[in-house]
Amino acid sequence: MESTANTLIPQAPAQAAPGERDTVLKQAELDQISRDMLGVIADMGEDTPGAINIRANGCLAARTNSENIRIETKADKPGIDIRVAPHTKGEQVHIPVVLTETGENDMVYNDFYIGEGADVYIVAGCGIHNDGDCASEHDGIHTFYLEPNSHVVYVEKHYGEGDGTGERILNPTTEVHMQEGSSMEMEMDQIKGVSSTVRTTRGELAADCRLTVVEKLMTHGDQTAESDLDFVMDGDGSSVRVVSRSVARDRSRQLFQPVVTGNASCRGHVQCDAIIMDHAQVKSVPAIDARSTEAQLVHEAAIGKIAGDAIVKLETLGLTEEEAEEQILEDFLS
Amino acid sequence: MLQIKDLIYTVKPGQGSYDDHDHEIIRGLDLTVETGRLVVVTGPNGGGKSTTAKLVMGIEQPTGGTITFDGTDVTHMPIDERARLGIGYGFQQPAKFQGMKVGKLIRIASGEKLSGAACNRFLTSVGLCSADYLMRDVDKSLSGGELKRIEIATVLARNPKLAIFDEPEAGIDLWSFERLCETFEELHHKEPDHTIVIISHQERIMALADDIVVIEDGRVVRQGPRDEVYPTLGFGKNVDPSCAFTREKNVDFGAAEAAARAAVAASTRNEE
Ligand SMILES: Nc1ncnc2c1ncn2[C@@H]1O[C@H](COP(=O)(O)OP(=O)(O)O)[C@@H](O)[C@H]1O
Ligand SMILES: [Mg+2]
Repeated sequence: MESTANTLIPQAPAQAAPGERDTVLKQAELDQISRDMLGVIADMGEDTPGAINIRANGCLAARTNSENIRIETKADKPGIDIRVAPHTKGEQVHIPVVLTETGENDMVYNDFYIGEGADVYIVAGCGIHNDGDCASEHDGIHTFYLEPNSHVVYVEKHYGEGDGTGERILNPTTEVHMQEGSSMEMEMDQIKGVSSTVRTTRGELAADCRLTVVEKLMTHGDQTAESDLDFVMDGDGSSVRVVSRSVARDRSRQLFQPVVTGNASCRGHVQCDAIIMDHAQVKSVPAIDARSTEAQLVHEAAIGKIAGDAIVKLETLGLTEEEAEEQILEDFLS
Repeated sequence: MLQIKDLIYTVKPGQGSYDDHDHEIIRGLDLTVETGRLVVVTGPNGGGKSTTAKLVMGIEQPTGGTITFDGTDVTHMPIDERARLGIGYGFQQPAKFQGMKVGKLIRIASGEKLSGAACNRFLTSVGLCSADYLMRDVDKSLSGGELKRIEIATVLARNPKLAIFDEPEAGIDLWSFERLCETFEELHHKEPDHTIVIISHQERIMALADDIVVIEDGRVVRQGPRDEVYPTLGFGKNVDPSCAFTREKNVDFGAAEAAARAAVAASTRNEE
């Protein structure tokens, strides 16, 4: 083993890739802001084996590998390859990204190769702290290749903060290629403070694959969020379940366009629930596309304000109206 | 002590009325509930029991009259302030919450960081005897009877000085109902300074009462110690109680209660 897991000892990347500055930040250089934000976007277990890669302001800040999981810097473009050996069990991968410098525009390609029969938990997150007045942007393109019978739990958290007027922009793309018998659970949270986002999520499923996507989003102020999801089931016995929950406050706008296509004997379910508040706008355009008589596809979409009786109930338990609203939104997105 | 004086509640067109007329739902209701009593409020459907309870909790605003609780005029006080003063209400129709766990709702109700075991005790006391409930969502995945019992458990966890339960029996199975009755009885003995008001049609619950109040047509039409009021209700005579409340009946109380207890099984009906 090259290094024990989670010791967070910074390691020099093998080589600097174009667009990736060949500086290595010491862990000490991750200032307090980054640390706080890391806490929000990635909860790193103390004794869980696995691999970690921390990217801060466009540089590699720290990396550890485990015996079964290797992270390597890409040679041709910014980003990393994460290789999980076949039949790896119970390990985790954490790859948080932090942006604290205003005016940063960070673009990375992260490819995950999940070996046959492996079972891993992957946490990716991006936190932008922008106190300046230029836009900070991080666009992560995550591609997953799941070999037969592998299983991945993927958690992605996006978070923006800072007092500056600079926009905080996140445009994540997630693409999943699933081979026979593989399964994946994706949980994607955009907690708060992201000015503008276009989220693209795509997947193709072979036979007997199972994909669950849970997306949670909250927008406020003048933020805009668009989420395009597109899943295609090509193999018999596969299933896709998409659950989207969102809250739109103030003057923010949201657009959801989930599409599930069934080309075989398969099942798909899309469920979008949104709470709309203030002067926000939410548009949900779910689509289901069956190309086999054996495809069973369902979509449900509901947009409404916070249930009045739920607010009243919490008030009878001593919460103020504002506290009750916050509580209901927190749970809705939990 | 809860004192309601000349309470009036009118719904006007555009403010909830189902047609273009005013409807006087509570029509000069007077009621005093002494501290420490267990009072059962009964009366025909549509008589105004739930509306009165909601006016006491502050969920609806009265058109006239006053509500005083422990010397404080709460008539125009917001719901949460009344809650902090010690008024609690278990809804006839419980609210649902997407994503809220049962355990969390119980903790919010108690205002404390309760352990799982402590939360479970409240659930057990309403007949929800599996620890699995703590991690369930308080949403449509629960049955009506389960939601109803969770609703009651939130009031028990809050332990208000004045607890109003609105038809706690509705939708609940016989075994849970019996457990619930024991819980009300225990609560009444354990907290001698707390007042319990139960809106109910159940003889088994009336048997727990110190006092019985009959509300009909937006007014209190009868009120007094259980032994005086109960015999006038006509239970055990195979009469529809909704027609019998205002009629005097010479019913032997002991026999009526025995018959009523035996009939609990048949009469624990689902009213939701
Ligand atoms: N917003 C409203 N508009 C018109 N009628 C109402 C409204 N709210 C309640 N009512 C009526 O008031 C009466 C009393 O209702 P309620 O207090 O729920 O009765 P109870 O609990 O005694 O069965 C019923 O006839 C009900 O239909
Ligand atoms: Mg009622």
